[in-house]
Amino acid sequence: MIKLKVNGEERSVDVTPDTPLLWVLRESLALTGTKFGCGMALCGACTVHLDGEAVRSCVTPMSRAAGKEVTTIEGLSSDVGRVLQQAWIAEDVPQCGYCQSGQIMSAAVLLREKANPSDTDINDAMAGNICRCGTYQRIRRAIHLAAQLKAQGGAK
Amino acid sequence: MSEIINLSRRAFFKTSGFAGGALVLGVYLPELSRRADAAEPAASTFVPNAWIRIGTDDSVTVIVNHSEMGQGPYTSFPMIVADELEADWSKIRVEPAPVDPAYNHMLFGIQMTGGSTSTWTEYERLRKAGAATRQMLISAAAETWSVEPASCRAENGQIIHADSQRRLSFGKLVEKASRLTPPQNPMLKDRKDFKFIGKPTKRLDTPDKTNGKAMFGLDVTVPGMLVAVVARSPVFGGKVKSFNADRAKAVPGVRHIIQIERGIAVVADGFWSAKRAREALQIVWDEGAFAKLDSRTQGEQYAKLARQPGAVAKKEGDATGTLGNAAKKFEAVYEMPYLAHATMEPMNCVADVRADSCEVWVGTQFQTVDRDAAAKEAGLKPEQVKLHTMLCGGGFGRRAVPDSHFVREAVQISKAVQKPVKVIWTREDDMQGGWYRPRAYHSLSAGLDADGKPVAWQLRVVCQSLVVGTPFEKHIMKEGVDDTAVEGAKDLPYDIPNLFVDWQQAPTGVPVLWWRSVGHTHTAFVVETFMDELAHAAGKDPFEFRRELLGKHPRHKRVLETVAEKAGWGKPLPDGRGRGIALHESFESFVAHVAEVSVSKEGALRVHRIVAAIDCGPTVNPATIHAQLEGGAVFGLTAALYGEITFENGRVKQRNFHDYPMLRMHEMPVVETHIVASEEKMGGVGEPGVPCVAPAVANAIFAITGQRIRRLPIRAEDLRRARV
Repeated sequence: MIKLKVNGEERSVDVTPDTPLLWVLRESLALTGTKFGCGMALCGACTVHLDGEAVRSCVTPMSRAAGKEVTTIEGLSSDVGRVLQQAWIAEDVPQCGYCQSGQIMSAAVLLREKANPSDTDINDAMAGNICRCGTYQRIRRAIHLAAQLKAQGGAK
Repeated sequence: MSEIINLSRRAFFKTSGFAGGALVLGVYLPELSRRADAAEPAASTFVPNAWIRIGTDDSVTVIVNHSEMGQGPYTSFPMIVADELEADWSKIRVEPAPVDPAYNHMLFGIQMTGGSTSTWTEYERLRKAGAATRQMLISAAAETWSVEPASCRAENGQIIHADSQRRLSFGKLVEKASRLTPPQNPMLKDRKDFKFIGKPTKRLDTPDKTNGKAMFGLDVTVPGMLVAVVARSPVFGGKVKSFNADRAKAVPGVRHIIQIERGIAVVADGFWSAKRAREALQIVWDEGAFAKLDSRTQGEQYAKLARQPGAVAKKEGDATGTLGNAAKKFEAVYEMPYLAHATMEPMNCVADVRADSCEVWVGTQFQTVDRDAAAKEAGLKPEQVKLHTMLCGGGFGRRAVPDSHFVREAVQISKAVQKPVKVIWTREDDMQGGWYRPRAYHSLSAGLDADGKPVAWQLRVVCQSLVVGTPFEKHIMKEGVDDTAVEGAKDLPYDIPNLFVDWQQAPTGVPVLWWRSVGHTHTAFVVETFMDELAHAAGKDPFEFRRELLGKHPRHKRVLETVAEKAGWGKPLPDGRGRGIALHESFESFVAHVAEVSVSKEGALRVHRIVAAIDCGPTVNPATIHAQLEGGAVFGLTAALYGEITFENGRVKQRNFHDYPMLRMHEMPVVETHIVASEEKMGGVGEPGVPCVAPAVANAIFAITGQRIRRLPIRAEDLRRARV
């Protein structure tokens, strides 16, 4: 059994240590908001927070996640998470929506590190997340808006 | 003429103790069946038709028969219904339709999503459904109050009697309305009274798409479900000769390893076990006829085919004769590769086959086709199959598959192991799994007269057919020509008196499919870059040259003028930037693009800005049109810059996003969309934003470098050559 903390809850799962965190989240813990896109850390759809850092869960073996704190889109309850979700709605960002959990998880780390990110900061932080529907322009606007909302004291 | 029936009334008679009620109203075409299982009303709902269900809690559920792939029907359809119904937008719920002839596509006769047709084909039907329901609710309220229906009106989820200021919410009228006969010709609203239609409206599905709740096909879990991956032939058309599963069976979590039609299925407790076991399989393949398929030799074959006459798609005047006498004559060849759809959600399907039933959960664009295919595989009747339409993590045509292979695989495996099974395609399976936009080779000649006016145009298209050998062949083939191969090339808007277009069918072997904007993906590139070439040869501005030739096509002309004005055509640009323009009609909409690009000294291309103008007729959700044009620009640009599937030794060379790249955040240009106000026929918006992105970019590259781009994707070597 491998133990870890997911969205604040202690969980233990019976999988081999090489199993990627992604499949534990999706299949063992029924947290399907984290998506499978490439399996090679190329698209960012599986982005979660591991001890606060954005990681690609598709290439994060359970041996690395063991004992750590994992936050998924379902557990993104911080102020940052709420303002991002609010900004995503305000900018009407998603189309198919499949990549958006990963986009938001990457953006959350960016906003925690940079209160008022520049376009270059956004390019650097978000270049690992593919959106096949092409919502990048709206993601950029939504991140700027979320930064503003956060500065104004968080989501209403 | 369509007919409107009250399903709750039918249910009322069936369950004579009906109390409470709900209104399901269905607008059926007369030749369709009267079944609508999903719309079968519960006791607390008014079900006036197949599209609407009203609950005693005031909820208005809109049943949507087109798949949500990001293009927005789960918002635009409710907007149409809510407007006529005068519903309270906050009470709207959305539910995917079950598979039933009631939900067949108005044009195609099966339940499906494609061809950028969703909104405009359902517009009238949904308006009537909403209006009929409104009228029934008004009648129910009028009866309650013993007043004339004409003295009542519907507003924001309530029926109001103005004189007495009495009001009842829709939910309070469920029982009474359920007993009424739906009006056959409900009064539709005047356009000027629309509250939702034509107004930018935020998507209803965004909250669930930002909190992890949205359920895509890949997210489905059913009790007792196993997960499967399939080892498929590395060469298209190959078959398993023999296999050894001893090592694979030893992988923990593996339950079954079985041979199916398309390969070896590994069924396990979870994905990781299944994938690891698949890697341990030893399979000898009979690679079949395409074991030597190679992109280079295939290119030579296409070039050879382009020298032989094909099936005639268009003949007006005498192109060949006129070309012989033209003052100036130009020739060019164009090459465009196979392209993968690369939906973010890889292909997948869940199937649960039982002795006398089968359930399928799948993100699909082809409900009827997939349901029937599942029935055949399961050995059941179609009505024994229940197909649940899930959200699609991108479609772009990939989930509209004539042979339903991804559904049939899941059914075959579930049937064999007698358990519910989810088949997951890895990204590599998806990328290498075929069903590509066909490779295309175009050979084009055109002549200008002494005044620089084009007088003759002769085009030969070489590509595989999308429909030969499929059930769609009889609908799409026209006099020996696959219309999807020449669409966008055979009907030019430009006033060119002598036109000849023919098509050479390239040999089959690689599975090909419609890919967002289909034939227009290659025909628009060829037509619009060549028009640019002719403009320069004629010594004219590319915008003016086109405009002068659009005398018979005012809608084309207007979008071209709009995009030029909005993009500042002719105005100075920052140093090192060039502009290109392109125009194209597809899916009954008219789109023009201007691209602004720069090319560095090292030959690095940067697309800075894309301005789009669209005339798609009257709009339903302008917010969706903007989103689709933005997305279309990215889709078109990704193909122009990167998209290429190639073959070596019969195998697809590209595997994942490292060698089949997607446009990313830091490469995103500013995209501006301008909707031309129009009262013309409504057209599509999902695909028309794609075709003229690549030619606008290529024309901009010419403007800044003097180099013509005649093959896609745009290669660094072509740009470097341009710097010399």
